[in-house]
Amino acid sequence: MKAVFKREFRAYFQSPIAYVAIGAFFFVASLLYVIGNLLIGDGDFVNILSNLTFALIVITPILTMRIMSDDRKNGTEVLLVTSPTTTMEVVLGKYLAALCVFLIMVGTSTIFPMITSIYGSPSFAAIFSCYVGFILLGASYLAIGVFASSLTENQIVSALVTLVFIIFMFVIDALVAVIGGWFGTALSWLSLLSRFDPFSLSVLSLTSIFYYITFVAVFLFITMVSMDRRRWKSN
Amino acid sequence: MIEISNLIKQYGDIHAVNGISFTVEDGEVLGFLGPNGAGKSTTMNILTGFIPYTSGEIRVNGHEIMEEPEAVKKMIGYLPEIPPLYMDMTVKEYLKFAAELKKIAKKDIPGQVAMAMDMLKITDHSHRLIRNLSKGYKQRVGFAQALLGNPEVLVLDEPTVGLDPNQILEIRKIIKKLGQKHTIILSTHIMQEVSAVCDRVVIINKGRIVAIDTPDNLSRHLSGTGSLSITVSGPEKSIIACIRAVEGVRSVRVGADRGENGKVYEVVSDGELDVRKSVSLALGKAGYPVTEMKATDKTLEQIFHELTTGGNK
Repeated sequence: MKAVFKREFRAYFQSPIAYVAIGAFFFVASLLYVIGNLLIGDGDFVNILSNLTFALIVITPILTMRIMSDDRKNGTEVLLVTSPTTTMEVVLGKYLAALCVFLIMVGTSTIFPMITSIYGSPSFAAIFSCYVGFILLGASYLAIGVFASSLTENQIVSALVTLVFIIFMFVIDALVAVIGGWFGTALSWLSLLSRFDPFSLSVLSLTSIFYYITFVAVFLFITMVSMDRRRWKSN
Repeated sequence: MIEISNLIKQYGDIHAVNGISFTVEDGEVLGFLGPNGAGKSTTMNILTGFIPYTSGEIRVNGHEIMEEPEAVKKMIGYLPEIPPLYMDMTVKEYLKFAAELKKIAKKDIPGQVAMAMDMLKITDHSHRLIRNLSKGYKQRVGFAQALLGNPEVLVLDEPTVGLDPNQILEIRKIIKKLGQKHTIILSTHIMQEVSAVCDRVVIINKGRIVAIDTPDNLSRHLSGTGSLSITVSGPEKSIIACIRAVEGVRSVRVGADRGENGKVYEVVSDGELDVRKSVSLALGKAGYPVTEMKATDKTLEQIFHELTTGGNK
């Protein structure tokens, strides 16, 4: 697993992907911070961070689009599969590499509450809680992206599938409200964003934390199944 | 030792591999021959654990590939048809990564990487990006990858395809050298390669085995016929009639014209009968002098062609 992780993590920084993602995220974050905090003299960074979840719609697919599909396209999948390293190690290594880049990306935004703290005293507890939620939400999106990438050898298709999936996450709560009934309830199990709300209200909800971790585990598991199954079916 | 028994791989209704069985002894170099699409790569992909089989059994030193995939994968080094290279890594980085994937003990990795690079003569290129290497060197890096960890079995899928003649010779030399210590299965459709490096040959066509033997035996016995090339001077028609009359001769064909020495006649006979004496006696009696006669064994190319197109004419 360590070998795969190291390779993938390095690959992120050898291609423009990591820089583009981190740069884009930091740019949007600073824009929101300047407009939403600095210019109006507001110290509420939690609000900014909640709004930044929209940036993840675009940034997550960029981070994960090539992560599995590239190996299929370039034939390097053979090396991974025919070595004694298991599919689980491969998927986990790749996921953790994406997660690490994501954490670095999110880490760059911590500068803003620090700037605010020079002039005032923001609630670090609230900000911390919101960061936990933000990272868990992002981790879930990444798991969706890794799964989507395992479905195809085309990066664009992989990115689009992830994009559609995440946008679906944004409308799911509205859908649940409209549909109602047992189907609505079933759909609400998929709602990632409703689990984010407690964190933005400074509540470290254990249920939500558990939910996100389960969500990631399930998606990584179906990624492994999808990788193995595809080799069963075609050449 | 590798034992493959009754291996079947099905894609929907298509049998890519249809009941293949053979055994490879330790230290043997086995050539795997067949036209494109015969099922060579599929068999190799199954043997190395890349794709699963539909039914059958593959044992490497007693371990079944689907039951103990990790144990088997540790014993096999695989060079697929397209070398599995990461273009954004240098040669050394890539080999180190591959060694880690193969779970080679950390302290052995530098030694193994150096050994593999030395064997394939790529040490001078160790710090170059793989993207920038020529095709021949990319192939070598892929080959070096297969050697890491000193696996008992090497599976090489068309290792010399697309290389220039010098590189082909060099790769063959390496395969021969490796054959002294490793069990090797290599696929190819180049016949000289088989005679040059293989101890035994398996020819497959449409997913089935059509022949297993040593390269020499194949060219001698397989077709069940012998062939002669005779140069005789005299009138063509009566010479043909004269040869035809000899017992055991199947067909006569006129070949090149050798001027004063006469014409070349290609004679095909039933395998068991040696017709050389009776043919020369018959021609001598009829007054047509034989100026040259030689037995021509079939080339591997001819045998391959006959076996894989179903013809035996």
